[in-house]
Amino acid sequence: MKIKLTQLFAAALLAAFAAGAGAQTVKVGVKLPFTGGGAELGQQVDRGMQMFMKLNPTAFGQCKMEFVKRDGKNPGGVDSKIAVQELIAQEKVDLITGLIYSGNAIATAPLVDAAKKPMVIMNAGTAWITNLSPMIARVSFSMWHAGHAMGDAAVKIVKAKTAVVGYSDFPPGKDSLDAFKSAFEAAGGKVIDEIPMGGPAQVPDFTPFFQRAKDKKPDVFFVFVPAGDHAVGVVKTYAALGMRQAGIKLIGPGDITQDTKLQSMGKDAVGLITMHHYNADLDNPANQRLVAAWKKEYGPTSTPDFMGVQGYDGLAAIAHVVRTLNCKIDADKAMEALKGWQYADSPRGPMSIDPATRDVVMNEYLSELVIKDGKLYQKNISVIRGVKDMCKELKVGRCGK
Amino acid sequence: MTAARQLAERHRFKWWEVLPWAAGIAVFFAFPNYLPFGTQVLITILLALSLDLVLGYAGIVTLGHAAFFGAGAYTVGILAQHTGWNEPFSGLAAAALVAGVIGLASGYVLLRTQGLTLLMLTLCTMALLEESANMAHYYTGGFDGMPGLKFQPLLGLFPFDVLYFRSQYVYALAVLLVCFVLVRMLVYSSFGQSLTGIRENLLRMHAVGAPVRARLVIVYAISAAIAGVAGALFTQANAYVNLATLGLERSAGVLIMLILGGYGRLYGAFVGAIAYMVLEHFLAKAYPTAWQLGIGITLIVVALYARNGILGLSDALLRRLGGGGAQ
Repeated sequence: MKIKLTQLFAAALLAAFAAGAGAQTVKVGVKLPFTGGGAELGQQVDRGMQMFMKLNPTAFGQCKMEFVKRDGKNPGGVDSKIAVQELIAQEKVDLITGLIYSGNAIATAPLVDAAKKPMVIMNAGTAWITNLSPMIARVSFSMWHAGHAMGDAAVKIVKAKTAVVGYSDFPPGKDSLDAFKSAFEAAGGKVIDEIPMGGPAQVPDFTPFFQRAKDKKPDVFFVFVPAGDHAVGVVKTYAALGMRQAGIKLIGPGDITQDTKLQSMGKDAVGLITMHHYNADLDNPANQRLVAAWKKEYGPTSTPDFMGVQGYDGLAAIAHVVRTLNCKIDADKAMEALKGWQYADSPRGPMSIDPATRDVVMNEYLSELVIKDGKLYQKNISVIRGVKDMCKELKVGRCGK
Repeated sequence: MTAARQLAERHRFKWWEVLPWAAGIAVFFAFPNYLPFGTQVLITILLALSLDLVLGYAGIVTLGHAAFFGAGAYTVGILAQHTGWNEPFSGLAAAALVAGVIGLASGYVLLRTQGLTLLMLTLCTMALLEESANMAHYYTGGFDGMPGLKFQPLLGLFPFDVLYFRSQYVYALAVLLVCFVLVRMLVYSSFGQSLTGIRENLLRMHAVGAPVRARLVIVYAISAAIAGVAGALFTQANAYVNLATLGLERSAGVLIMLILGGYGRLYGAFVGAIAYMVLEHFLAKAYPTAWQLGIGITLIVVALYARNGILGLSDALLRRLGGGGAQ
């Protein structure tokens, strides 16, 4: 307790000093899950941020950066809300970033709106989050980015006419279904069945769902499940039921081929076709630099995945704001700086922030899993450039508000 | 003072019972930047208090108390979003009613059982409610919950404070006080005494002809109603409700807090919730990645050396010093 008080005192002194000394310090509140089920995700984003600072030491110009980390603990909303409120009220941060879970981003949106603190979202993918406040910008994705692009590509590139969709029954799954379906049918395909496949918490036995899909004899089977054990289960069931031999291609958003979980999926995953804004095998200089530095720092078996890169790019966005405003953060000016921001050096390829929606615009990569050097490797088939969040473009449901 | 007189007078308010409330008011002025956290603590105390009524006094072991918290939380959420009924106090009443009815109905069925069976069934009730809330997407917002709820200002004067939670804190403190007085009256009434009797010796209560099951069902429903009020406060304070209000994490968490403070003694809910949440809060602030270690060690120490919770420990200390224990 004694240490705590001294720390508090020191922090207060420092804050007072910084305020007096012409505000050269920019304070950023980082709210991520550092414990519990989401700790792995929080760590990935955190490492992405560390990597950005390591590889871009001059990105913040003359500004001194101070990062205050807070544990969001769980997806429940309240703990995150308290953490963000205290970042604003006690730590007096200039900007907020992090945010893995959509529920937490939704719960904290009224705070940043009321306090006028710009919030850069590094993951939370529910499409309509950016509509909640003009203080929110997102560098990650919405489920519509990959889902919609995949629906289109499934007809035009994979040459499918019919599809069955299987999804984990929670918001990202439903979003994925809606996104895929709207693009697939707009391009002339037909979704012949939609199968909810249990929740995100436990891995179900996929056999009955996959048998139902197989019986419908579609050209492609589009699956959204959370990365990790779910995805492994999907791949195993697909192989066990002989669906490939039956001529049904397994496709999905890149969540099911998350790089950190990829190698555990085994050889059954070969041939899986996914659409995503990032994978560690992307062939561009920024990504090669990141992957090499990452492996050097965190070990040869570690790898960045899309969340790590979102942390990396989120910090790039903050660096841009800080530089543009010359270390003096004004909320409205910061949001103006974010709108239309273009970043050519992202490991995911060129990206920008849509000035109208404050959501990310980026490339989507269609890739196929192959074996290369004895490891699973995401081979690029096609690039769809400048993909926007189509949920807001098409004004679907809540995205239209 | 003779033991008999002590027994006869123990329902009277003691001077020190003012202290927690004075402290609650002091926090409002001393820590204006901590009020969102403080509000959550108050809400959790209320939930723990309602749990104390069934667990500590009636001896009903439950892991599903968040079911009623969630029922109350969703009641005000759904009323505000879909019917425009967003007056806070009547919302509390509606939440108490809905949660109480669910408590009455589920208690009527569940309280035929005891022990582990009862524990499992309370858990199942909560899981059923949680999944219903997940599936009734149109009404509840499903997994993402209902954000951006609007409530009328308190008494028409004090709008809910989005950022600093000033009005929410005072509101929660006042509601907690009212509920506490009710619970306190209840446990010292003859009804409350019969509950303690049931907890201590079920067979004898049957033998003296006490309507055991009816009493249990009634206290279960009352407790559910109070948990519902806590849930309603939660939704109103945060302008937000999601599935986590119904989760096992909340049920189990509040049970741990109550045991930590000391169950069956009214103030255990206060001490436990405050001790646990304050410890967690500041540990998590200082060590965002490692705070759970501190919590774990604390709980192990309490489980080993303070079986009756913090209040039990302080009682034992006071007794050793020759004074009387706090009730």
